[in-house]
Amino acid sequence: MSLGLLLLLLLALTAIAFVAGRQRALASVRGDARDLHSLPGYYGQTVALFTAVPALLFTLLWLLVQPVLIERNVTAMILPEDIAVGSSRDLVMADVRRIAEGMAVLQARESLADGEIAALATQPDALKDRLSSVGVALAADIRPHIAEAALEYRAETAFGRSVMGAGALGLAVAGFLLSLWRLTPQFRARNVVERFTGVLLIAASSIAILTTAGIIFSLVFETYHFFELYPARDFFLNLTWSPKFGGGSELGLWPLLWGTMYVSFIALLVAVPIGLMSAIYLSEYASPAIRSVAKPAIEILAGIPSIVYGLFALMTVGPFLRDWFAQPLGLGDSSSSVMTAGIVMGIMLIPYVSSLSDDIINAVPQAMRDGSYALGATQSETIRQVVFPAALPGIVGAILMAGSRAIGETMIVVLGAGAAAKLDLNPFEAMTTVTVKIVSQLTGDTEFASPETLVAFALGLTLFVFTLGLNILALYIVRKYREQYE
Amino acid sequence: MTDTTAAPAFRGASLTEPDARTRRRNAAERRFRLLGVGAVAIGLVALVILLGSILNNGLSAFRQTYITFPITLDAAVLDKQGNRNPEEMKKVTTIGYGKLMQQALLDALDEQGIDKGDLTDKEIMALLSKEAPADLRDAVLADPSVVGQTIPVNAFATSRLDGYLKGRVTMESATRDANISPEQLQLADRMEAAGLIEKRLNWGFLTRPDASELRPEAAGLGVAILGSAYMMIVVLVLSLPIGVAASIYLEELAPKNRWTDLIEINIANLAAVPSIVFGILALALFINTWGLPQSAPLVGGLVLTLMTLPTIIIATRASLKAVPPSIRDAALGVGASKMQAIFHHVLPLAMPGILTGTILGLARALGESAPLLLIGMVAFVRDFPGAPPQGLLDPASALPVQVYTWTQRADPAFVERASGAIIVLLVFLLTMNALAIILRRRFERRW
Repeated sequence: MSLGLLLLLLLALTAIAFVAGRQRALASVRGDARDLHSLPGYYGQTVALFTAVPALLFTLLWLLVQPVLIERNVTAMILPEDIAVGSSRDLVMADVRRIAEGMAVLQARESLADGEIAALATQPDALKDRLSSVGVALAADIRPHIAEAALEYRAETAFGRSVMGAGALGLAVAGFLLSLWRLTPQFRARNVVERFTGVLLIAASSIAILTTAGIIFSLVFETYHFFELYPARDFFLNLTWSPKFGGGSELGLWPLLWGTMYVSFIALLVAVPIGLMSAIYLSEYASPAIRSVAKPAIEILAGIPSIVYGLFALMTVGPFLRDWFAQPLGLGDSSSSVMTAGIVMGIMLIPYVSSLSDDIINAVPQAMRDGSYALGATQSETIRQVVFPAALPGIVGAILMAGSRAIGETMIVVLGAGAAAKLDLNPFEAMTTVTVKIVSQLTGDTEFASPETLVAFALGLTLFVFTLGLNILALYIVRKYREQYE
Repeated sequence: MTDTTAAPAFRGASLTEPDARTRRRNAAERRFRLLGVGAVAIGLVALVILLGSILNNGLSAFRQTYITFPITLDAAVLDKQGNRNPEEMKKVTTIGYGKLMQQALLDALDEQGIDKGDLTDKEIMALLSKEAPADLRDAVLADPSVVGQTIPVNAFATSRLDGYLKGRVTMESATRDANISPEQLQLADRMEAAGLIEKRLNWGFLTRPDASELRPEAAGLGVAILGSAYMMIVVLVLSLPIGVAASIYLEELAPKNRWTDLIEINIANLAAVPSIVFGILALALFINTWGLPQSAPLVGGLVLTLMTLPTIIIATRASLKAVPPSIRDAALGVGASKMQAIFHHVLPLAMPGILTGTILGLARALGESAPLLLIGMVAFVRDFPGAPPQGLLDPASALPVQVYTWTQRADPAFVERASGAIIVLLVFLLTMNALAIILRRRFERRW
């Protein structure tokens, strides 16, 4: 039985259960809903839940467990001599799976009986030809033993599927009958349904925790693998980054970290003064008309995807800086550079800094400004000497958050900063960052056994720790000093 | 007051004339103000330059150079059996169609009396895209009845010729170019004067799949747009119910304890985790552990869901909070249970705000590219994914990733196409944002 059919049947059964539950509840009080504890619909929902939920849970569990069990049984069938030199048990198992899939396609397309497939399996060459005719090409010849394993795999899968179907449907019917039988007018159907909904709501909100756990677990796990293959000391202390896929790579973190910090520093150098000054202007000076136009316009910058900034860096800013600054000054002739990426990233961060600072400046009580004006201070003196110090903790928090954004930004640096890992001070030189290297080590055909690939997870963990640290620090600063003026 | 001459002697200034110190302070005030104006102006100018440069580079991608000439589809070549059976006609490869096209193009030149110069037939044929015979073959196989007739054909010109008409390729650069020579461009000039070559709107840019490195003129966004649409469906289907459920729990039901604190901190932190880290999670969990296929829209949708959830939860909680407590109290007062009060009264009233937040979250997800790079969406995909649900597992591309892929190719014609793709992306984003604003304006209630 296919999964789709099973789900469809369960859906139909659930619908029947709803109607039956509702009818039975009404019938038990001879149609007078006032004698029921809950509204009739809740009885329907209760019966439907008892029908669907156990069956679905069973199906889910079965789908998770079945492949593992079958894999183990069939893998045990593969003899050591089936494994060709340079191959491995996993690769042979992959072949078995492909043959089994090919058999299924063959059967569906040419409507063969099971017996014919079994007969075919005894002639490996014929089987190979037939399989390639349906688009399953195998590299090596099929050993008779492997064909048998594939047949076994098919048989066990089919058996498992039918057990799953029977079990799920049986559970559904049992749940249906049991809950229908237990229905009485005093049954607190609404409470059951609401408790179930409550559980669903809690489960949904726990996904955030699961995601964080998943991120931390996968990063730490693979980083641990990486450190088994490559010494942690070298990763943290080596000053060169030169991955070689043949082996003998040097995977030092520092050149990448330096590039990341340098780009982020330039980005903040651009974003903080501009963002802060425009926030001050918009909240303290601008008339409502100007503010209502300029503020959304600047915030458009925040809605533009980072790939757009990346292309902007690549097409416009990079060549401009190269032709007008780097080459005339003799500082280099690369269009992708720390400066390019930094300036473009700075532009991207302007709205981020400005809207965060805007909120903070607006939160400074008006009484403080009025006091300052009363003493004869001009508006700019008030801002610089009263409002700004009062808003400082919040502004520092905003800058730190912008910094964490800058560190984690990927597309701008991929397209704008270059790929050469080096420790250099010249801002017109191409350098690379942690995120660029994560992308370059993990895109394309990757194999998860070499330190050159796994290093990306260690870099990811570094990135995660840095951004998380900055955010926590920002939150701490904001929380600690926030309540001073309230 | 009594001695009016004493004050000037003391302060050295009048009431109408500001003294030096006041002038200095006022100047500082003006400077500060100008700095503010300057900062806002820089922000706006940056926006204008950014959009201007994208539009400037990308608008030309929507127009493409075509060569138009009549072609006689010789039945003796294309359909030897003469029964117009597409299965049998498939035996004729694009090379066969190419020869036919070459002859037709040469005939057209002769007919118009265009001087061919010293160019060989092959060099003249090189003005056409390498994709052109394949397109003709597809058209004929789709409608075999045209065999034997003479039909006008609109073939893509090669990207170098296209670039020449758009100003990207010049006579000077052609001398150094292995793919095109100045003589070919001069012929193209003559053909343009005779009306054989023309720039026209190219819908194929939106509907065709990506093309190989050597055929930028034929590359389109079809697979990418479809892939992005599939991902948005997955994100919408998963993140809206989960986000709303989580928000209801946190905003309306959750007791104040460690567990809910933990959830709140997690949501705040997830919003700040760099997008590339989500890509790593997807690679390690969905692809390596669960065995889902690479480049699949389903996997992309799952990652983007995880990334969008915090946005949706924050927006939903804000709009739940905006529903006044009196509504809940009234519902509870007439005997509704807590769940009934939420689901029958609070949630419908908060719906416009929730939908606005969801659309904005989707717009964010649509533009996201970094995590998709890691799950193999950079692969070269020419086949359109099938219909959902099975098609969700077929390889596909995505709009922002297609931009990235095109920037990585050597031919400068792809930079134009990348900018064009950005324009398409921005149009989608603009539409979604406009929709969100309209929703907010029309349905949001102020209490």
